[in-house]
Amino acid sequence: MHIVVGTRSTPDTAAKLDIAADGRVTWGDSPLVMNPWDEYAVEEALIRTKEHGGTVTVIAVGPEEHDEALKHAIAMGAKSAIRLWDDAWEGMDSLGYAAVFAAAVQKLGDVDMVLFGKEAADEATDQFIFQTARKLGWTLLGYVASIEELDPDGGTVKVAQMLEEGRQIASGPLPVVMNVLKGINEPRYPSFMGIRKATKAQIPVWDAAELGEDVPAPKTRLIAYRHLPVREGECEIIEAESVEEQARILVERLMAEKVV
Amino acid sequence: MSAVYVWIEQFKGKAAPVAWEALGKGREVADTLGVPLTALVFGEGVDALAAEAFHYGADKVIQADDSTLADYRMEPYAALLSKLVEDNGPRVVLAGATSRGKELLAVSALDTGSGLLADVLELEADGGALTATRSVYGGKLLSTVEAAADGTQYATLRSRAFQALEPDESRSGEITKVDPVLTEDQITVKIESFEETTGEISLTDAAIIVSGGRAVGSPEGFAPVRALAEVLGAAVGASRAAVDAGYISYDHQVGQTGKVVSPDLYIACGISGAIQHQAGMRTSKVIVAINTDPEAPIFKLAQYGIVNDMFQVLPALTEEFKKRLGK
Repeated sequence: MHIVVGTRSTPDTAAKLDIAADGRVTWGDSPLVMNPWDEYAVEEALIRTKEHGGTVTVIAVGPEEHDEALKHAIAMGAKSAIRLWDDAWEGMDSLGYAAVFAAAVQKLGDVDMVLFGKEAADEATDQFIFQTARKLGWTLLGYVASIEELDPDGGTVKVAQMLEEGRQIASGPLPVVMNVLKGINEPRYPSFMGIRKATKAQIPVWDAAELGEDVPAPKTRLIAYRHLPVREGECEIIEAESVEEQARILVERLMAEKVV
Repeated sequence: MSAVYVWIEQFKGKAAPVAWEALGKGREVADTLGVPLTALVFGEGVDALAAEAFHYGADKVIQADDSTLADYRMEPYAALLSKLVEDNGPRVVLAGATSRGKELLAVSALDTGSGLLADVLELEADGGALTATRSVYGGKLLSTVEAAADGTQYATLRSRAFQALEPDESRSGEITKVDPVLTEDQITVKIESFEETTGEISLTDAAIIVSGGRAVGSPEGFAPVRALAEVLGAAVGASRAAVDAGYISYDHQVGQTGKVVSPDLYIACGISGAIQHQAGMRTSKVIVAINTDPEAPIFKLAQYGIVNDMFQVLPALTEEFKKRLGK
């Protein structure tokens, strides 16, 4: 099996974010790391290729900072990595991301499965995942909590998906695009050898000419980032003689707020 | 003819709450643009749902009733939605930002080469171009995004960010029936079974959430959290620490790598309030913190705090609410 995993670099989840004068988001001294959701996708790809044989290729769309995520995937055990970027793509929207990602998968030629993490933690969206599947014309199975059966020879996959009302078992033919949830596995820590390999890795960049894919004009654009409104007021610490009395006062306050 | 379309997501014939919220916002957008509001009702045996769509503000309903549409599957739903958009050129297509809604609108937006504003908290249709506010970086920042005014603009709406209209049972209107685009043999994905999570309120729809953190200490430690949640008709949430320790399953996780929620009331029990957790719940209307550590960051966010052991406070709180709510 050839499994492709889509990933990107995002600020560490513990980072305090700010907005620079030029409008870009900054994260101080915090490192860029692999989008936390994607570790599950990489792990799942490694598990499945170990089980069925095959190879894992990781792909990121974006400028050089996204090498960080690709190198982490190599350190975890992915065989190869490709970064897709061309300065002409600056400002492209999800339709553009889907177009270049799908073109890269098609160029690889022998891919059976494309895995993504649940969503991109920075832009907080999964739309490009679904649009990549559609662009490829492949089976799409979203929000996968576990792969129940995988038959590369028969060309089928059966998964459990977590939807709002519960757990759905669905099946479809390969090739498939899926986004996987936290809890599908326990992502491994990179090994010492893996880290050494990642440090030395030269990551090829495929640009517009290499892909031969026209990027559609963006239909949406970012205007600005802003901070969340500050929560006003101090916390009222409820003190009383007994815990029952504390409970009584709190319930009174909450009834007065009309939130119960 | 131009219109605002709202997809009415249904599960077993019952509308997702966010579908009526999207229809409520759709009403406002349609009035601003001066175009009719059309509800898209797909399913099998969904006459009652079509009638209900008028009560919640639709001017028209496009109904597709067929066995291939009984359960949501991307292929038949997207084929039909994209055909309706291509044939009729609506100005705007809205849906709730649920798993299904996000997937369906993303796929259809690609089919029709349209812009999509996903999972939005605010939406305006000034001058024809949609402008939206989104929550980004796991709830730590907001962004303003705009869709191009030419062609159709798609948006998915975050649960509980918009208000449904009060249902008006005297309203009705014209229903157009359409056929599905795909036949069963053209659909490759089959749904084999569905195991409903019964008796639990979904985090994203909940008006009240009671959450437990590391201090819960064990799976059994969630019992007092659940007891309070039950009395309040609340959903049960958890911090990442509680999930990673195996006290509760991941679908309860609130925070940057869990669910981002904004209930009317959020009660944090034994949660210190790491920045990742705050990102997932800071837009809650009222926040209550119960923690033994007075220095816990959660108290900086909360309106009301009790510095005490949650295992003492929660039973007392549950009893008090029982009394006051007459349960």
